[in-house]
Amino acid sequence: MSLKVEPGAIHGIIGASGAGKSTLLRLMNLLEQPDQGTVTVGGRELTGMPDKLLRRERQKIGMIFQQFNLVGNLTVHRNVSIPLELAGVSKRERFKRMRECLDFVGLADKAEQYPAQLSGGQRQRVAIARALANEPKLLLCDEPTSSLDPSTTADILGVLKHIKESLGVTVVVVTHEMEVVKSICSHVSVMESGRLIDSFSRAEGEFSPPQIASLSYREQILGKAGNSYV
Amino acid sequence: MFEEMLKYQTQMWESIGETFIMVGISVGAALLLGLPLGTLLYFCRKGQLYENRTLSFVLNSIVNIIRSFPFLLLVVALIPVTRLLVGTAIGTIAATVPLSIVAIAYYARLVEQSLLEVPKGTIEAALSMGASKLALVVKFLYVEARSGLVLGLTTSTVSFISFSTVMGVVGGGGVGDFAIRYGYQRFETEVMVYAILVMIVLVQLVQFTGGTLARLLDKR
Ligand SMILES: Nc1ncnc2c1ncn2[C@@H]1O[C@H](COP(=O)(O)OP(=O)(O)O)[C@@H](O)[C@H]1O
Ligand SMILES: [Mg+2]
Repeated sequence: MSLKVEPGAIHGIIGASGAGKSTLLRLMNLLEQPDQGTVTVGGRELTGMPDKLLRRERQKIGMIFQQFNLVGNLTVHRNVSIPLELAGVSKRERFKRMRECLDFVGLADKAEQYPAQLSGGQRQRVAIARALANEPKLLLCDEPTSSLDPSTTADILGVLKHIKESLGVTVVVVTHEMEVVKSICSHVSVMESGRLIDSFSRAEGEFSPPQIASLSYREQILGKAGNSYV
Repeated sequence: MFEEMLKYQTQMWESIGETFIMVGISVGAALLLGLPLGTLLYFCRKGQLYENRTLSFVLNSIVNIIRSFPFLLLVVALIPVTRLLVGTAIGTIAATVPLSIVAIAYYARLVEQSLLEVPKGTIEAALSMGASKLALVVKFLYVEARSGLVLGLTTSTVSFISFSTVMGVVGGGGVGDFAIRYGYQRFETEVMVYAILVMIVLVQLVQFTGGTLARLLDKR
């Protein structure tokens, strides 16, 4: 398969569970090694890169998860500082950056709390702050709202949109929820049983008739507006 | 019983000192070598990050053999090793050699178990941030597993105290040996009870300290 994510896009990857969405996302920072083919991020080819360089590239790619994956035994402050420590940022600089990131997600007052003391939405915000710490150009999101309730989901989607708009970060969102794609994605790819079966931009009002019967995601996302152009 | 306590006061303190040396060195060995060994056991396991069947099989076999050996026989079997390491097979320091070897194997297994409880997602997040192997272990795994690691060390320490009681066979001394020599063999039941009470207090102290520390460290 071949997939190009436009810089500055919010690119949704949608499909049923088990379709291989997470696998595709993990390929983008090489958490998953491809059997063949290449992965290029920001003009740099990650495949075949020595371990040490690859780690440095990963520091410039943020990632958030469905289960947040924060370190439960560390405060919010320390959680956000970890990626900075890994990147070798000085202590004073780390503190400043940690503050900025927590401000950005609106949790500056929770810095000394532990993740267990926060709500799901707040935990995802901390995870976002952590992912933004090293000023990434790319943010990978694996089902970022799938364990949140609808109103918190809307909050987090708002944050993701804000990230793209104010920081110019390219965002890739893996999801099985149609609403996520409809509300924030500018580009959409559809996956089914390990394969990319469709990929389109939502600005493309045009709707080409499906080659495969199950292209319904495109119909659903582009909706009637898409249809009326035919 | 107070008379007995006074009568053997010096010997008792000496025995407590010997127990501390034996158990202290074993705990040191458990931390210094058991912790890395347990971490290696964890990483080599099937489905873990550095899955390695051969190494996993070899390490597991060693740990299992040490742990299934009747302890007294292990002490005897290790006499040549002990002689090689500390120059003699008799005395408190010599007794720490078999104790430490058991301690390493014992704690390694508990470390492996604690690390297995760390969610896979934490490791995933660490790798996505570009963490090196060392950073993954120190900044993520040990941090997230820390209360389990402390509880494991507590359980181990209690076992080492128990193991140390039979070290009289190689002249290791300790409170257990005191109970046997002064209490049991001389038919001084009160002395024996006294020594056993000391052991109980020691174990309680270790368990209480470890349990409290583990609780305070757990923020999850
Ligand atoms: N293109 C592919 N090639 C090989 N295995 C795949 C492929 N896509 C998915 N898989 C396998 O399918 C399973 C589910 O994939 P996953 O990415 O977790 O799905 P999703 O996130 O869409 O629910 C995984 O075990 C993965 O290894
Ligand atoms: Mg998935």
